[in-house]
Amino acid sequence: MSENEILKVEHLKKYFPVEKSFLEKMLTRTRHFVRAVDDVSFSVLKGEIFTLAGESGCGKTTTGKIIVSLMPPTSGKIFFDNVEITTLNHEALRVLKRKLQIIFQDPYASFNPRMKIGEAVGHPLEIHDIAKGSEKRKKVLEILDRVGLTPAEKFVDLYPHQMSGGQRQRAAMARALILQPEFIVADEPVSMIDVSLRTAIIDLMLNLRKDFGLTYLFITHDLAIAKYISDRIAIMYLGKIVELADKQTIFSNPMHPYTQALLAAIPVPVPERMRKTTQLKGDVPSAINIPSGCRFRTRCPRCAEKTCKEKEPELVPVSPNHYVACDLAEK
Amino acid sequence: MGNMTQSLMTVDTLTVEYWTRKGKIRAVDNLSFSLEKSETLGVVGESGSGKSTLGLSLIDLVPFPGRITRGKIVLNGKEILKLQKDELRNLRGKEICYVFQDPMTSLNPVKKIGDHFVELIRTHEPQVTKQQALERAKKLLRDVGIQPERVSDYPHQLSGGMRQRVMIALAIALNPAIVVADEPTTALDVIVQAKILDLLNALRDAYGMALILITHDLSIVLQRSDRIIVMYAGQMVECAPSTEIYLNPKHPYTQRLLKSIPNIELADQKLEAISGSPPDLLNLPKGCRFWPRCYYAFEKCRREAPPLIETGTEHFARCFLYEEGRKA
Repeated sequence: MSENEILKVEHLKKYFPVEKSFLEKMLTRTRHFVRAVDDVSFSVLKGEIFTLAGESGCGKTTTGKIIVSLMPPTSGKIFFDNVEITTLNHEALRVLKRKLQIIFQDPYASFNPRMKIGEAVGHPLEIHDIAKGSEKRKKVLEILDRVGLTPAEKFVDLYPHQMSGGQRQRAAMARALILQPEFIVADEPVSMIDVSLRTAIIDLMLNLRKDFGLTYLFITHDLAIAKYISDRIAIMYLGKIVELADKQTIFSNPMHPYTQALLAAIPVPVPERMRKTTQLKGDVPSAINIPSGCRFRTRCPRCAEKTCKEKEPELVPVSPNHYVACDLAEK
Repeated sequence: MGNMTQSLMTVDTLTVEYWTRKGKIRAVDNLSFSLEKSETLGVVGESGSGKSTLGLSLIDLVPFPGRITRGKIVLNGKEILKLQKDELRNLRGKEICYVFQDPMTSLNPVKKIGDHFVELIRTHEPQVTKQQALERAKKLLRDVGIQPERVSDYPHQLSGGMRQRVMIALAIALNPAIVVADEPTTALDVIVQAKILDLLNALRDAYGMALILITHDLSIVLQRSDRIIVMYAGQMVECAPSTEIYLNPKHPYTQRLLKSIPNIELADQKLEAISGSPPDLLNLPKGCRFWPRCYYAFEKCRREAPPLIETGTEHFARCFLYEEGRKA
């Protein structure tokens, strides 16, 4: 692991077994799996915002959850600060979680409705034996103030239902930040928030990065927001990274046909622009029956039948720091 | 607005109120507009701006405890709000049709796709046989890009995008004059979204229907509509052709909304957040509803509610900045 890498993911896989009926179990031996994450490797540099982007079902959220140890991987390794975290015991993991926090998409579902915001935000301090009583309250007020929930004295005693979606997402930021983490996984943090409030939340995330020296793994389906916030972007399709590069490269020189189609489909706020989109055939295949060879070939406008069917393309550099998983990309 | 005699539909001072335990909420406040033949009208606003209530009131389907308390909706010379129940049922589906946001819950899970079409077609045209209706269903499915054999599938056998296509095929089945699409792509991924919007456009051209596109996504309405209504806290704050909204937005809310949405084609865009949050409809600010978030607010904005002011051809904005004798 190089000096400035904070997180390194190696050959991460997560297969969920498909439930079978009793009869099927008796009759067949074969087990089927949803290959949600299928051999993903990347590393995140200290202080950067690294984005995993893709459509629903591409495995981006599962990857994020595995990284914060909310579920174990099927195989693969994750290094955080040079420590392999998938094999840590319970106690070591608890200490680690201080440095590794997550913010979820739905700010309504991620708070206990019976806990006041102050309690919820201060709860991690108690769990980790950091502060109690008046000291805890002081820290809570400080952090609420920092995420823009002012006056903090008022918000401390509110229940989640008394706050708006934007305010709740700020509270979620506060709860994640109170342990002074180094790394935050933000899973679609603004997709449930009203358009006029989104930018404020994103700006808050950017400011906090500066002030707290944070590193983000940002998970989103919205490439327009990804472009605004990220340093580097990895595009995922059916459990695999198909292209990885810094954001300028992704947007100015996308090389994987999937990335190209994805970019062409984004609505641009400009009237009378019927852009010719690269029309993709069909729908995303099921993650249980992933096509052989290149998993994108069933929808690819460029697919050259033979080679694509036989060999799964690997994520290889086409130029420094630009990785593409397509055998036809260079041509 | 527009030429009253020729418009396909005119909506006049439409007001919809919900009686809740906490008080009366005016979800749509005195809204007037007209819709021309084969036009796409975009309605954009945040949650709670009244855009969905507006859409539902066009087919008189505002859910309890809501009620249309004032206004007139005229479609093809018929006053929708004065129709009898059976007349209204004839109108829905045949002249004006609705595509809902969630394709998962809009289809009946225990009915085959084809049966949805048969029921719809035979309700409105009883002389049609089941076989003929199925044939029409197949043709419609082909029009929206689904294999005709799918008529014998159940909804759960289709993907989200395909279900939304089925909804659209159902909407155009009786060749209505107007299709109202309320967030038709919000539950879908971007690539599917682009395809569905292309499809709606193509069908609009092919069948010559008018389309009302209701969404929270300003990018979509800018890209896809001819004219745009911007809603804020139940009111129309701006209404203009989409090119005007893009090049020359008048209302401060529209201006700031445009600055707060990312455009992937611009390099190094600086987004500006809109401070504050939309008002509580039970507790509206006095005067202009946007003034607590407005840069330009002056004394009068806090005192009086601004009227809709004509600021140019077909361009209206609800803002005192454009009052007679005032320089914007």
